[in-house]
Amino acid sequence: MNTLTQVKHKFQDVLRRDRTFNHTLQGMHSIQGNELDISHKTVLYLEDVSVSFDGFQALNKLSLYIDDGELRCIIGPNGAGKTTMMDVITGKTRPDAGTVYFGQTMDLTQMAEHDIATAGIGRKFQKPTIFPEHSVWENLELAMKTDKGVWHTLFTVLTSEQKDRIEEVMLTIGLQALCYVKAELLSHGQKQWLEIGMLLMQDPRVLLVDEPVAGMTHQEMDRTAELLTSLAGKHSVVVVEHDMDFVRSIANQVTVLHEGSVLAEGTMDEVQNNQKVIEVYLGE
Amino acid sequence: MIINRFFPQFMHKDTGGKWLLSLLALVTIIVIIFNFLIPLLLPEMSALHMPTYMVTLLGKYLCLALLAIALDLVWGYCGILSLGHAAFFALGGYAMGMYLMRQIGDRGVYGNPELPDFMVFLNWQELPWYWIGFDSFAFTALMILLVPGLLAYVFGWMTFRSRVTGVYLSIMTQAMTYALMLAFFRNEMGLGGNNGLTDFKDILGFSLQSDGTRIIIFSLSALALALGYITSRFIVESKLGKTVVAIRDAELRTRFIGYKVEDYKLWIFVFSAMLAGVAGALYVPQVGIINPGEFSPINSIELAIWVAIGGRGTLFGAVIGALLVNYAKTYFTGALPEFWLFALGTLFIVSTLYLPKGIVGLFERIKNKNSDQNKQAENKLEEKTA
Repeated sequence: MNTLTQVKHKFQDVLRRDRTFNHTLQGMHSIQGNELDISHKTVLYLEDVSVSFDGFQALNKLSLYIDDGELRCIIGPNGAGKTTMMDVITGKTRPDAGTVYFGQTMDLTQMAEHDIATAGIGRKFQKPTIFPEHSVWENLELAMKTDKGVWHTLFTVLTSEQKDRIEEVMLTIGLQALCYVKAELLSHGQKQWLEIGMLLMQDPRVLLVDEPVAGMTHQEMDRTAELLTSLAGKHSVVVVEHDMDFVRSIANQVTVLHEGSVLAEGTMDEVQNNQKVIEVYLGE
Repeated sequence: MIINRFFPQFMHKDTGGKWLLSLLALVTIIVIIFNFLIPLLLPEMSALHMPTYMVTLLGKYLCLALLAIALDLVWGYCGILSLGHAAFFALGGYAMGMYLMRQIGDRGVYGNPELPDFMVFLNWQELPWYWIGFDSFAFTALMILLVPGLLAYVFGWMTFRSRVTGVYLSIMTQAMTYALMLAFFRNEMGLGGNNGLTDFKDILGFSLQSDGTRIIIFSLSALALALGYITSRFIVESKLGKTVVAIRDAELRTRFIGYKVEDYKLWIFVFSAMLAGVAGALYVPQVGIINPGEFSPINSIELAIWVAIGGRGTLFGAVIGALLVNYAKTYFTGALPEFWLFALGTLFIVSTLYLPKGIVGLFERIKNKNSDQNKQAENKLEEKTA
């Protein structure tokens, strides 16, 4: 009898008209989550993020906030967790603990890589990864922000606006003369630029750029610095870089990572005069 | 180019494809004229015609070529080396075989109007549920696409979602076709067990033994190959095709610019399986039998060899490879039966060592060499004139 009443109550509970189920709430949540909410001016929240690989603590309660339109450089010795941090943001690695939010609403730890990319986070890898068998043009076309569903992709044809957009980006990255050249034939620096161009085609809100000037000549470095600073404002740019001169030339805000958490934050001068940073970089 | 008028826009740059389709059309027209029209209108000149067994043999090759295109789509373009593609071919073949069995009616050895011979032999009282509907050709045609497509969908959904790639995926596809072979060998499957389905009489009311029917099935195979080729070319020339190649070359990058890689792999895998199913369905009425041997892993591996020898990622390379290797197979198994497996092995080694891009790659190399020489000659000429 007792169980019967319990079942009855449960049933009534389910059928109550004013009842809101948790799962329907979540559904609504994700619909809202499709729009980026940056009402608090912060676009990326990382709070107490921890990641460990086979006992190695790659990230240790890392907390980091990136403002909308900001250009932030992240430096740190090898193994400080810079690349792992990017992996966590882009969904490649799931954190063991902590929260990662894009705007106020989007929980990046629950989203797949492609959803994160579509939501507006673009990433450039440390080693330039482009599509070697495709031409420069096709590389940019593939990266373009558009419906990336299978059926749409099968029947889609480039509109003239889209062609203009590709040409515009090609001009920005200075590869217009190599438009129909297979990407594998480009030089290292050109590949880096192409990858940055692909990022631009995605029109992301946040650009994560991993070592953009590795293997570049000085002229190329200057142009890259120019490009990245010009992007800040419209986009938030997070740059991970080893080259201190380069960092000095672009950054106003620098974050130093060490052993998986933030060691210091501030302007380049502040950071360079920070005692802890000096110890980490130069040894005691 | 005048010839471009006969082809859709997306094929204008595909010289190999244009050659292939033109040749295919030519052969089909010749066969129809000499083997069908002339014997019909001028019986006294019918000595000119090709023997029907040759037409059927050619028709078989065309089906295998279609199967090779299917594999080239997933392997050459998407980088998924499926070593179980013959399973989809065999499933399409079984669907067609079931229809042909139902067409026998009461002309079987036991004369049972409802049950195929092997069921009578096994003392079965009624048709199993999965045979229902196979007396209708329309239903069968649907199943030829759906059954391989569904298997590919389920298999692909599970493996691609778990991000199984490379050699592990190949091994799993081998296991899949092997498991199917074992299942189809069982009499309890109700699909003829060891002997498979055979002794077909007619299709849509036309006798399978008559020359006319055979030539029509040959022409249909040619048509299927042409349409399969054009559709596949459309796919690989579309943005989807470019995306699929991008996945092959840099999967992670594709994911990070916002493509759901699993969906793309699944789509191309299912399409390819359906294409293989169609090939199998056209193959069965021409050979007159379908049995579990078609599922054997060696068939799928041989299929991969055709594509490798012809040249991956070109579509027409797959067709060339399938035709050449199968012709060689027919020749050698007739002339020097013991020699065939050695020949196949040698062919595979030679193509991996010296022809990494297959026969098509060899032609391209020769062409490039020539154009290089031409350029050098031109340069010299310019120097002289300057």
